[in-house]
Amino acid sequence: MALTGIQIYKLLPQTNCKDCGFPTCLAFAMKLAAKQVELSSCPHVSEEAQAQLAESAAPPIRLVTLKANGHEVKAGNETVMFRHEKTFYHKTGLFVRVRDDEGPDAIKARVAPADAYAVNYVGMDLTLDGFAVESASNDPAQFEAAIAAVRSASQRPIILISRDPAVMAAGLKALDGESPLIYGADAANWEAMAALAGQHSAPLAVIGATLDELADLTQKIQGAGVEDMVLHPVATTLGASLALNTQIRRLALKKNFRPLGYPLIAFAGNDPVGETIAATQAIAKYAGFVVLDHFAPETVYSLLVLRENIYTDPQKPIQVQPGVYEINNPKPEDPVMVTTNFSITYFSVANEIEGAGLPGWLLVTDAEGMSVLTAWAAGKFDAERIAKAVKQFSIADKVSKKRIVLPGHVAVLSGELEEELPDWEVRVGPREAVDLPAFMKQAL
Amino acid sequence: MPVEIPKDTWTGAVREVTIGATAAEGGTRATTVTIGGATTMPFMHFEGSIPHRPVIAVEIVNHRPDDWSHLLLDAWGDAANDPAAWAKAAEQAGADLIQLSLNQTGADGNPITPESAVTATKAVLEASGLPLLVFAPGQAELDNELLVPIAEATKGERIVLGIAEDKNYRTIVAAALANDHLVSARTAMDVNLAKQLNILIGDMGLPLDRVIMDPTTGALGYGIEYGYSVMERLRLAALQGDAMTQLPMLVTAGYETWKTKEAKVGEGVPQEWGDWTARAINWEVVTAVALLESGADIVVLRHPESIARVRAAIDELMAVPAAG
Ligand code: SF4
Repeated sequence: MALTGIQIYKLLPQTNCKDCGFPTCLAFAMKLAAKQVELSSCPHVSEEAQAQLAESAAPPIRLVTLKANGHEVKAGNETVMFRHEKTFYHKTGLFVRVRDDEGPDAIKARVAPADAYAVNYVGMDLTLDGFAVESASNDPAQFEAAIAAVRSASQRPIILISRDPAVMAAGLKALDGESPLIYGADAANWEAMAALAGQHSAPLAVIGATLDELADLTQKIQGAGVEDMVLHPVATTLGASLALNTQIRRLALKKNFRPLGYPLIAFAGNDPVGETIAATQAIAKYAGFVVLDHFAPETVYSLLVLRENIYTDPQKPIQVQPGVYEINNPKPEDPVMVTTNFSITYFSVANEIEGAGLPGWLLVTDAEGMSVLTAWAAGKFDAERIAKAVKQFSIADKVSKKRIVLPGHVAVLSGELEEELPDWEVRVGPREAVDLPAFMKQAL
Repeated sequence: MPVEIPKDTWTGAVREVTIGATAAEGGTRATTVTIGGATTMPFMHFEGSIPHRPVIAVEIVNHRPDDWSHLLLDAWGDAANDPAAWAKAAEQAGADLIQLSLNQTGADGNPITPESAVTATKAVLEASGLPLLVFAPGQAELDNELLVPIAEATKGERIVLGIAEDKNYRTIVAAALANDHLVSARTAMDVNLAKQLNILIGDMGLPLDRVIMDPTTGALGYGIEYGYSVMERLRLAALQGDAMTQLPMLVTAGYETWKTKEAKVGEGVPQEWGDWTARAINWEVVTAVALLESGADIVVLRHPESIARVRAAIDELMAVPAAG
């Protein structure tokens, strides 16, 4: 847990020498507690104090990174239980599992489309993060062949799955130079697995059904010199899994309980329907990595969007670029509608018009990412700004009928807008995007 | 190493709300549904009591809707032609509650009349013994014209009347008050707005154990994170003892989902969106499950397959895990 300014002050030399640029050690300590300066600015701090401060500055949930061929997937370093308290930082890594008994050709055929998959959402390309390769055969050679098959189709990070250290050693050899996740260590094999994790500087997943079991194992493994771990609290129902994930996150964040201060991995299960639901919960409730058994675009798309939504910083809503958006190939005589650049406002409006198959020009103004009503209340969506956008994006050159539709929520702006845009006809549309198609059909 | 399970201590609880009344209680329902009562965050069985499971309301319409996706209409088949048959089909599909939405226009294309709205409501009550929610079209004057006679004609049934909003709650609340019904109070994704409306409704004398709040949500991809976080904040406030947030929550996951392009549109969409039907159902299920995780007590759904999947998820979430 982070130390307070006073606690830090006690660890400083307390000489007020000012070498750090602050008038007193206490002032420096306060800045340090607020994370506004680096400890290294004080040249006089003792080694012992340094170690203590470093320990206290370590994040309550360790940051673990899987690496391969320039790709990285990070988990951990989270600071809150609920996203509205600040934000969730490292988006849950989504992996698709293959098993070595499927055979190299089948593996390649499954991996290639999943690796190539990218879907556009709010202007971003969303992709999967990597693959999990499981040794079902328990044969090192077959495991290596399966890994080679994955690598022939994807360069993304890999999770290696086997409880047998000899098989795992073969897998790690096949991925030399990468940091795959080793899955994993249990009460029976932890010593050998910890040794492998040390040799290959790869993070190690720790498997246990209870908090006690997991904490026991992580402490032993840490004692063997391994720092990067991932926890798999094994549960058989959604409810049990939710409870364990929540308890571990609480212990790490609220109690600074180091033995469980690691990111979590979840296996979403083997039937496609249950898998979607389990993955939904895992993304919302604290998993750093999720392993899926199926790759289907209609499932992966929904999970990738959920992950984007849950991990959006509540303080920084996603915005779209202000400008003129052409919907359904509009012609010059088609209507001009105006809205704000809050992504969800934009997508609701665009979606309604597009879904109804109606052509139109959508003028998106810079309202600093606020919705219509909020932006209006904050003075970021007024007649002046709308008129400015009309001119800036030269919409008049694109249309033959100078007629602009305002959202119904800002009907009060119509008079002012007529003054700002004297040669335009200003119309008031519906309040809600969902009513826009009917309005366009009937009133325009 | 023995690890102490970290338990949060809460002072507040969500109110229990019972929807529907049996013959003995002055109505005609075969069963009633009680929600709320939780003394902890969703499904945290290890630290508090969750006496009632979240429930599924299935949305039906007073006549075959012309603005619903044909994926939905195909799934319901001929049942969607008639609200009574639809209610029965919804019950068979696993509904805990029926939510009857009244369309602005009647089956004949003319504006809906109070008489036809009452007829449809009574037909649904006769066809299914499940407790009922009746949601008017969402236009202040029309809503009042429809909901008052419905409330009177079904006195004592403990129906949930909707939708009470800040501009338009008085008549609906008065109708509920006079006829032993409940109301659903909707506000726009904001903790304080939700509290204010609950206060206004309480001030009219309607006991708060006859109010459900609908904090509104967006669907997956369309603002679900706002609804999700507002619900978490409302539930946290309730558990911390803020009486005006201690109401069970309803979310219209089906309505929101089936507005989205992902659910509504099958052609001319990116290939990466995958199979249409599977995607649409996923969209509704992911939306519903995420909102259950954030505190929904009633999820209103549309597709029969979604009902089955969400029900299975609730079963698992309510299975109390063994201590450990
Ligand atoms: S440099 Fe170090 S010892 Fe000197 S005033 Fe700053 S904190 Fe104190």
